[in-house]
Amino acid sequence: MKAIIATTVFGVIMMFAGLWVNDKKSIAGLATFLFAALLGVTIWDLTTTSVNSPKSLFNDMLRSEHYSLWFNTIMTGCSLLYVLLMGKEVQKVGKYVSEYFALIFFILCGLYLLSMYNNLLMMFIGIEILSIPQYILAGSDKRNLKSSEASLKYFLMGAFSTGILLMGITLLYGAARTFNITEMVTLMHSDALNPLALAGILFIMIAFSFKVSAAPMHMWTPDVYDGSPTVFTAFMATVVKSAAFFAFLRLFQVSFNSLSEHWVMVLAIITAATLLVGNVTAVFQQSVKRMLAYSSIAQAGFMLFAVLAVNAVAWQGIIIYAVAYSVATIGIFAVLVKLKDYTYDGFNGLAQREPLLAFVTTIFLFSLAGIPLTGGFMAKYYVLLAVVQQGQLMWLVIFALLMAAISVYYYFRVIIAMYFKAGTPEISSPVTGGDKFMLVVTCALVILLGVLPQLFLTKV
Amino acid sequence: MILILLILIPFLTGIISFTTKGDGAKSLGLLSSMLTLAVAAYVSGANFAAPITFTKPWIPILGTQFSLMADGMSSMLCLLTGIVSLVVMIMNVNKPVERAGAFYGFLLLSQAGLMGVFLASDALLFYVFWELALIPVYFLCSQWGGEKRIPVTFKFFIYTFVGSLMMLAGLIYLSLQTPGVTSYSWNDIVRAGTSLPADQQMWLFWLIFIAFAIKMPVFPFHTWQPDTYEQSPTPVTIILSALMVKMGLFAVLRWLIPVLPAGVAYWSETVVILSVVGIVYASCIAIVQTDIKRLIAYSSIAHMGLMCAAAFTNSAVGMHGIMVQMFNHGINITGMWVIVSMIEQRYGTRDMTKLGGMASAAPAMAIALVIISLANIALPLTNGFVGEFMLFNGIFRADTAGHILIMVVAGLGIILGAVYTLNMIQRTAYGDAGSAVVVKDLSVNEYLGLAIIISLILFLGVYPKPLLDLTAGVAGMMVR
Repeated sequence: MKAIIATTVFGVIMMFAGLWVNDKKSIAGLATFLFAALLGVTIWDLTTTSVNSPKSLFNDMLRSEHYSLWFNTIMTGCSLLYVLLMGKEVQKVGKYVSEYFALIFFILCGLYLLSMYNNLLMMFIGIEILSIPQYILAGSDKRNLKSSEASLKYFLMGAFSTGILLMGITLLYGAARTFNITEMVTLMHSDALNPLALAGILFIMIAFSFKVSAAPMHMWTPDVYDGSPTVFTAFMATVVKSAAFFAFLRLFQVSFNSLSEHWVMVLAIITAATLLVGNVTAVFQQSVKRMLAYSSIAQAGFMLFAVLAVNAVAWQGIIIYAVAYSVATIGIFAVLVKLKDYTYDGFNGLAQREPLLAFVTTIFLFSLAGIPLTGGFMAKYYVLLAVVQQGQLMWLVIFALLMAAISVYYYFRVIIAMYFKAGTPEISSPVTGGDKFMLVVTCALVILLGVLPQLFLTKV
Repeated sequence: MILILLILIPFLTGIISFTTKGDGAKSLGLLSSMLTLAVAAYVSGANFAAPITFTKPWIPILGTQFSLMADGMSSMLCLLTGIVSLVVMIMNVNKPVERAGAFYGFLLLSQAGLMGVFLASDALLFYVFWELALIPVYFLCSQWGGEKRIPVTFKFFIYTFVGSLMMLAGLIYLSLQTPGVTSYSWNDIVRAGTSLPADQQMWLFWLIFIAFAIKMPVFPFHTWQPDTYEQSPTPVTIILSALMVKMGLFAVLRWLIPVLPAGVAYWSETVVILSVVGIVYASCIAIVQTDIKRLIAYSSIAHMGLMCAAAFTNSAVGMHGIMVQMFNHGINITGMWVIVSMIEQRYGTRDMTKLGGMASAAPAMAIALVIISLANIALPLTNGFVGEFMLFNGIFRADTAGHILIMVVAGLGIILGAVYTLNMIQRTAYGDAGSAVVVKDLSVNEYLGLAIIISLILFLGVYPKPLLDLTAGVAGMMVR
């Protein structure tokens, strides 16, 4: 609650800061400070809400469950990490640095709404607040044609999926006669199952599949992620995507849990398709940035596991997956922005030129591939655990594991380039001591997540 | 407490080794492996009474603990790891290595991973170590290996990674079946597995066995192995063939046979047949090899096949034989690789058609080659004989149909083994000295390394009792 107000105020402050402060550096400094303050506010929210009794806000429009606040805190932490790692690079994108940070604050506002909504309307508003700033960020490098293309493509696809989402909400309202997601459960079950409800669930599932880039609704992802300025891709592919997943999970877990027999198979097929498309296409990419776009689709396939498993472990799974994936991906992007050439060859010989950069990238890639003692392993472990516990989808688990083995292929190509191939990678901006320190902190976080995941989890 | 040292010593010295410059890493590696061997020897000495355990909470919400346990089999394998690592370090003393710090660092880390695999008594911890043992080896092969190292090692890594992931799924499934809360401790996993109905055990068996089959490797999962052995630098080949393939066999004995008895009973015939096919197949290919390294790689598949066949025949003497043979095979194959690397270093080739006349140029080396090769084909009074005798005995006593036929076919492997091994001795040690290269005989460290191996070969061939005593208790428990 306090966090929603704080992030809005901070966003407005950032916008006005652009009027009065002309120095990019101090704007970035102010933003970093505000992000740290925001993290403080989310922690404040978390500690002042009791674990067992969620607070209902605004006539039950929002509900601050403990795990929602926990998710808010962790994602704000990831955003702070993002700003610390990439703040300098954000300054290079264009003139309007303060606006970029303001937009990120607004995105976080959408994230908070999405983690706490208790009403389909709030969910809709949350998704819009989350998405619209992204369309702008995607096109922020406006002299670059690819960036403009990304922005337009993202906007059109986003608008289209929003339409589908609204359609789904309308149908559900027809079936349940309420927008409240907790009341909806009982109303939908009071009489024989309404076909409107099923159609509504399907529409909403498709809309969310767009947002989380699940196949076959993933087509926009590679172009948007590849075209957008790399710094903003890093944010879109991690924090924003996690927020969409959390909203997806929340709705399907709270409202449609008891109807799972009707939709699980559809979602299972979407999951399998996502894993297949993401992993197999990633193998053929020549650019690391584009590979990461496909890898984000592949990782989305794993996150869908949490939605599929309609049980308590899924909450843990989505939270730990979100943080493990976000931290590692932000880390890789932070290394990527330092390089001039985004192809695999651009990484050749990085281990000789910048051993520390190569080392932390290796750890991040290990995490994405799911090697033990990194966060990515624990994340994959949790979502698999959730589905295995649910019991019916063992075929999907095995399929996903085979796909995870494929993912090793393209992640390790970067490692092979860095360590086993000779070359002189061109560094676009000098790697300062501060950068190195932040990368080591990120790397330590990845390992901490893998060794002691309980520090990042909360009771559900 | 003593068990954690077995993992911590190589792990910490490995990390330190990355920061060293020049030859510091060599002495550090030597020191570290001596210390580890001393601890391992102490553990196996103390182990006759009851298993030593060490448990600390790790991730309670997952039901996993940092728990280690050393019984006869574990401590025997730790001892083997200690001896082999020491021999590797000794043999490498006078060899120049590029970026020595990283090289020895990775070697020591893989040693830590291996120790962890052999000691873990918690399934998730076991999985973690299983992967951790692999990663340093991946880097070792890819950086210091032969010409085709990168694709070959990549294949090896992905192959084993697929297996491990399948195993993970199986272990998660098992842990969810444990009585009460989710738990990964060995006892609970065994209780969960044995209580499952037979049809579930049957598919779980493959989920878990596939990882072990790839690691051993059992025919037809062996295709990564000859290439990887050939392309790896010799110290890594030794780690791979003497120790890492034992991980697969060890895992079968610890995490499969006791856990899924009904599944094992159902599939054992299939696995035995695959293993025996592998023995004959690998032996036939070994006969036509001209590259010594590839020859030994295929002979190793044959040897592992025999052990794997015995593991699935459910007889006490067979199980006991595996324990003994795991140790002996580790020692012998280390000896073989050591000799091969010395030949390669001196003659500049491993091609047998170009070699010859070593007995006159370097008599000590030739004698060592002959002794180790004879142990490798299980001549009586060498250590190989004891193990293989027990293995055949076990297969002979098996209660499955056609066990006599299986034993006869497996016995063919021994004969074929004699064919290619003696052929190799003849073509390298005897005949004309083809090249004009001046060949140096053994240097001091090579004498020392080979002396360790040969004395173990002869001692355990004449008096295998200590090894038999160490592993008797565990072997007895394996039988259904």
